[in-house]
Amino acid sequence: MKPRRFDYVRPDSADEAVAVLAEYGEDASVLAGGQSLMAMLNLRLAEPAVLIDIASLKELDYIRVGDGKVEVGAAVTQNRLKDWPELAGKLPLLAAALPFVGHFQTRNKGTVCGSIAHADPSSEIPLVLATLGGEVVLRSHRDARVLAAADFQRGTLTTAREPDELIMAVRFPLQPTGRVAFREVARRHGDFAIIAVAACVEDGDTVRIGIGGIADRPAARRATIDCAAAAKDIFESLAFELKGYDDLHASARLRRDLLRRIGPVVVEEALRCAA
Amino acid sequence: MRRVNKDERARISFTLNGRAVAGDAESRMLLTDFLRYVVGATGTHVGCEHGVCGCCTVLIDGAAVRGCLTLAVQAEGRAVTTVEALASPDGSLSALQQAFQQHHALQCGFCTPGILMSFTDYLARNPHPTEDEIRKVLSGHLCRCTGYAGIVAAVLAVSSNLP
Repeated sequence: MKPRRFDYVRPDSADEAVAVLAEYGEDASVLAGGQSLMAMLNLRLAEPAVLIDIASLKELDYIRVGDGKVEVGAAVTQNRLKDWPELAGKLPLLAAALPFVGHFQTRNKGTVCGSIAHADPSSEIPLVLATLGGEVVLRSHRDARVLAAADFQRGTLTTAREPDELIMAVRFPLQPTGRVAFREVARRHGDFAIIAVAACVEDGDTVRIGIGGIADRPAARRATIDCAAAAKDIFESLAFELKGYDDLHASARLRRDLLRRIGPVVVEEALRCAA
Repeated sequence: MRRVNKDERARISFTLNGRAVAGDAESRMLLTDFLRYVVGATGTHVGCEHGVCGCCTVLIDGAAVRGCLTLAVQAEGRAVTTVEALASPDGSLSALQQAFQQHHALQCGFCTPGILMSFTDYLARNPHPTEDEIRKVLSGHLCRCTGYAGIVAAVLAVSSNLP
């Protein structure tokens, strides 16, 4: 299908983009890579009156390291970050997860921040941001604010972004150890994850665990795993707590079962990793 | 600031296969429709029109992207490359196209233009992919005829001849 009519605006700067957003608010959608939004426009699931295209804003196309974080601007594509030479050293968990994001062809255009903005509960990038305890940088004509990942994603396709706010960047905290693991189960490579599990060893036996595809947003926990039984227990109780959901791809029961089976394996993989 | 209002038809120009093209389009017109109906370049096919099947894959500034998830107005000032650019002007096929022919990598040919464009970009970045890497790139396409085996064989064959 074809999109409904809309006014198309391509600002020359982030300031201009924020000003246009202030003018239209709820009637506007921000277009970056468009790998979710354009499909929703074509299917008429989204019908904004105004489309604000920020994809070609050079000032938002940056990857910056500082203050213990990697900041990724709103125009950075998923493949650009995936091919960033420092990624594996600085953010090994993200390096492990990015190949699972869509396909080569969609990562060429899809943006890192766009994935955060779309907030699909089975998405890999929001899962990594939540697992690492990252932040989202927002700006409006009123003010600028930084939200923790956990405060930003509120539910399925729902975030704390106000209608006049632009996501300027996301910040991933540098990982203290390179000991990470990531696995997901999907019907085919690149499909939506039925379940995705991320683990990152902080120090000793403290592990950050993230789970996608089981609730309306990524679930992130910090746990002490000192024996194989501890890992098993944690995923047993997480499966009970998070419940899962039924959809076209899998039943809630299958999701819980996959979590119980894959979770401990992922944690063990991360703990076994040489630093 | 570029602005195209919803009831307006804007002049859009970009480079298509090394040649300047221009035409009028509404803001909502997809790049695929602009190529096919305004420019008349019908090599790019349209399958699902929501980014799943990969038929409409074209290169924008060298990167393989979904034509159906791109607005025509977003191509302004860019270099767009489509399947029409692959063969030489005398009609002789590119190495990738020849390999597709030799390895029966197509039957009906509907999905083929998109797959050729994907691997044109991918092989330029990674000239010697493994079979697993080829299959991962191919996962961004749907082909209902071949079962993909011929396509994988064709890409492996062409990559073995690349420097």
